[in-house]
This record gives sequence, C-alpha cells and structure tokens, in this order.
Amino acid sequence: MTVRLLYFAWVREKLGQAEETVSLPAELTTVADVLGWQAQRSEIHRNVFTSAGIVRVAVDQTHAQPSVNIKHAREIAFFPPVTGG
Amino acid sequence: MAIRVQTEDFDIGREIAALTAGRIDIGAVVTFTGLVRGASPGKSLATHSLATMTLEHYPGMTEAELERVEAAALERWPLQASLIVHRVGTLAPGDNIVLVVTASLHRQAAFEAAEFLMDYLKTQAPFWKKEAATDGTGDWVDARASDDQAIARWR
Repeated sequence: MTVRLLYFAWVREKLGQAEETVSLPAELTTVADVLGWQAQRSEIHRNVFTSAGIVRVAVDQTHAQPSVNIKHAREIAFFPPVTGG
Repeated sequence: MAIRVQTEDFDIGREIAALTAGRIDIGAVVTFTGLVRGASPGKSLATHSLATMTLEHYPGMTEAELERVEAAALERWPLQASLIVHRVGTLAPGDNIVLVVTASLHRQAAFEAAEFLMDYLKTQAPFWKKEAATDGTGDWVDARASDDQAIARWR
C-alpha cells in the first residue's frame, strides 16, 4: 500500500524531512502498528516515535487514536501536540 | 460562517463591519484576539525576551479542523454569524495571532461560543509555535495541560 507520510514541527526537524511516499508493509493495520513500524526504521526514528508516546497522528487529515484502521489511508501525518491559538 | 488561515494581519474593526453589514438580526458581537507575548510564561523577560514566533500548520487539515470546530459551536449555540482567522508564518511580540468573532441575537450565546471556539481550536487545530529568543536560543512551544482541561467543561 502506497501512502504519503507527512511530518510537522519538531518531528519534521528531527527526521530531517517534511514528507515521503512509502509502501507500508501489508501487515500494518492500525495507527499503533504504523507508530511501531516508524520506531524501528532508524535510531533517530526510535527516539522520535517512542518519546513517551507523545507523537500524535492524523489519518487523511483527521485526528486518529492508536486503534484507528489505516488500511485505506492515503495520507498519514505525525506531529507533536498542537499549540495554536 | 467562515474560517481563514493567512500570513497577513487582520483588522478587527473591519472584520466586525463585514460580518454585520446589512444585517439587523444580530444583537451581540463578541471578539477574542490572541497576541504574541514578549516572554514565555514562567521565564524571565530579561533573559528570555522573545524575538520572533513562527507558526507552522498542516494545510488542508487546518481548514478542515477549524470548520469542524465552527460546526460544533453552531450545533450548541444559535449563532447568526461567526469567523475564525488564524495567522501563520513569522510574527513578532505584540502581533495578532488569532481572531474569533461570534454574533448572536443575545449576548450569552456569543460569549459562550467564542470561549468554546478558542478552547477547541487550541487543542484540535494543527498549528505549532516555535519561539526564537533574542539571545539566539529557540524551541517549539510545549502543549499545556490547562488547555486540555479547558475543553473538559464543554463535554
């Protein structure tokens, strides 16, 4: 499954990229699975994605809890808790 | 009902005038404006004076979230009109960041809906603030637990 991954704020800075298009392993079905997959991609990824579970996820531009299904996602975004307003 | 994300400043008077032009069904207009502070809460102004604040956002999702927040307010209060304007890009202390305008027949709905919109916007809309201090240091602003607590009262 090809999906666009987006990164914002310090997640973007630490990974050194704003977005990428990847083929996710077929066995990944939930947001929690994707977070686990991210964490094992490199030492930097491990630091970003396991830092006390702080990284938030949006699937197709909607906030998504760890249990949300990502099988038909076209865009998955990763970011810190929001600080607007 | 409208939302806007923009780099340029906004003029509160002009926004109210545009919202109420030609209408006689509005009895109350409430506005909230958020501004850039010169120092972070809990930090000494002398040693951590803010030079700039840069707002990053998630184009597409930002607009979608602001529209969802506005729709949620409309479900709860009989608003005649509403407007959310949020700036992005690099701002200086004293600059406007965000404007919320609500209009209703009577004041209570406009007051409450304006607070609701701000409380939800702060925890839902994908904006991130990065501060740069005059001493050359800088970092991303942490989310505040008090913002999460603020939305609990609307549940």
